[in-house]
Amino acid sequence: MMSLLKKLVGWFDDRFPLMDTMKEHLTEYYAPKNFNFWYFFGSLALLVLVIQIASGIFLTMSYKPDAQLAFGAVEYIMRDVQGGWLLRYIHSTGASMFFVVVYLHMFRGMMYGSYKKPRELLWIIGMVIYLVLMAEAFMGYLLPWGQMSFWGAQVITNLFSTVPFVGPDLAILIRGDFVISEATLNRFFALHVAAIPLIVVGIVFVHLVALHKVGSNNPDGIEIKKHKDANGHPLDGIPFHPYYTVKDAMGAVVFLFIFCAIIFFAPDMGGYFLEYNNFVPANPMKTPEHIAPVWYFTPYYAILRAVPPLFGSQFPGVVAMGVGTVIFFFLPWLDRGKVKSIRYRGPIYKIFLTLFVISFLGLGWLGTLPATPVYTWIARVLSVVYFAFFLLMPWYTKIDKTKPEPSRVTSH
Amino acid sequence: MNAIKKLWLLVLLMSVPAMAIANESGAQLDKAPVDLGNNASLQRGAKFFTANCLACHAASYMRYNRLKDIGMTDAEIKPMLPEGSKLGSTMQAAMDPNSAKLAFGVAPPDLSVIARARGQDWLYTYLRSFYVDSKRPSGSNNAIFPSVGMPNVLAALQGEQELHFENHEGHATKKLLLTKPGSMKPAEFDATIGDLTNYLVYMGDPSKLVRSKIGYIVLGFLLILFVLTYALKKEMWKDIH
Repeated sequence: MMSLLKKLVGWFDDRFPLMDTMKEHLTEYYAPKNFNFWYFFGSLALLVLVIQIASGIFLTMSYKPDAQLAFGAVEYIMRDVQGGWLLRYIHSTGASMFFVVVYLHMFRGMMYGSYKKPRELLWIIGMVIYLVLMAEAFMGYLLPWGQMSFWGAQVITNLFSTVPFVGPDLAILIRGDFVISEATLNRFFALHVAAIPLIVVGIVFVHLVALHKVGSNNPDGIEIKKHKDANGHPLDGIPFHPYYTVKDAMGAVVFLFIFCAIIFFAPDMGGYFLEYNNFVPANPMKTPEHIAPVWYFTPYYAILRAVPPLFGSQFPGVVAMGVGTVIFFFLPWLDRGKVKSIRYRGPIYKIFLTLFVISFLGLGWLGTLPATPVYTWIARVLSVVYFAFFLLMPWYTKIDKTKPEPSRVTSH
Repeated sequence: MNAIKKLWLLVLLMSVPAMAIANESGAQLDKAPVDLGNNASLQRGAKFFTANCLACHAASYMRYNRLKDIGMTDAEIKPMLPEGSKLGSTMQAAMDPNSAKLAFGVAPPDLSVIARARGQDWLYTYLRSFYVDSKRPSGSNNAIFPSVGMPNVLAALQGEQELHFENHEGHATKKLLLTKPGSMKPAEFDATIGDLTNYLVYMGDPSKLVRSKIGYIVLGFLLILFVLTYALKKEMWKDIH
């Protein structure tokens, strides 16, 4: 029996690097043994991606990308398709939880300096995933064809029309029409279910390949490859399988507990995961009083609204919003600190990172509210704090008093 | 040691989006007596809805035979069906939408998911806040939905209300006073609208009736799975120091 299995594996191995791949990426991929709570979110992001693809395939079977039918198709899924409500809530909750997990994953990278040499490219690939994910979420949000779907998309596509010279043409190119219409719905559907998921899966694969080339960072921010045993394995490393597969499985169960609690008990999440106004069918003739994007876009939306128009054009706000997202790409070069991890950073960096978190959450909260003069001023202050974190980074990371790093990882 | 602290942190971080409080109209809303476990109330609401609201409004994503969810039988549902409809038909308005638009200025909205769009407390308050207003073509207005197109079709039941402003330390608050009684006593009318609201909440998301029951089973399963995966992790990791 055993030899039969061995023969079978051998047959595959002669034709495909089966065992080599297993070894390189699982059983002999050495990860630092001191991963903490924050290191669950990478594998969780992968889990949510699989959940979204699986639930999305089944939703596609019953959805109709037609301006007359789309809103009703979602209700048809919710009422007449067996288990349809569950699929729909899995997918809508999954969209929000994807961003929860990705934001925590990114914050982990910032805390422990995971973007610093030699992981600059890994960080950049991750940031590309983040931007593509935003596009995926934005296009998916149009599909239920409710008022927020329609007017949210109208606001976002109008941003492109503020670009000098080419703006209006660019907006028409994106929408396929002069306004959001069925042409937009059809192309967003195509991009949401086929093009962008393919790209996401592709770059997630590249992200993992890059990770396994440079090796994982850890909460101490030191390179475990510097200290190896006689076999050439890092002394502070342990094989990903079985150690982290069982640990991540445990983390996945905790995550699924929260995920399912939302799906079964509060799928709207108080109007944050599913906006109330999106239960009104899209009506091009009726602009809602207050248009708010879904919570994961609100920090940038708040920045957009905080920047005053110049010569009657909102373009400066659009630029600020764009820079606000793209600026993460430059972290590896903005950071001049000698140490990676927050554990050995000085007080100045810690203060700036705390302020950054406050500004991000504060802007996120303001972005959900109608813009009043007071809120706009708070958003302006928070936007300045947000950008100061990045733009002053070369200065404050250099003058900050760091602590000496240990040569080996500390307790896990 | 840190496990509980970390779990709390996780829960806290994931609930950040829920912490901000949404407040829309700012009007004082009465709390709707919604109880989806009360089939008698849901059935009264369903009967009121099909007999009255469907005259002008549709609920075009709701099928009549779905009312079995709330304990009704085919024999009970059949008398509710309009001419030409079958048990599996969706709830259509008796009035043609175009003539309704001509009559009211706006087409009466579809009510399938109205409870999800407006919220249960809003609906419960709105349906009880009509008052006499001679300036409106319909002769009535609504305290929380000014200039609403819908006439006060509930006046026969509720009676007529008048709008008064009361001064409370400089703040004018709207107050509705019953000036002409209807066929129902105020408490009876509130209960009827409560049943109707209850039904609208159910109709907005029928999965609500089964969701939490399945939810407890799923969470119970995950709890057991957590104990097992936790034990597995502990066992695997015992040689790592």
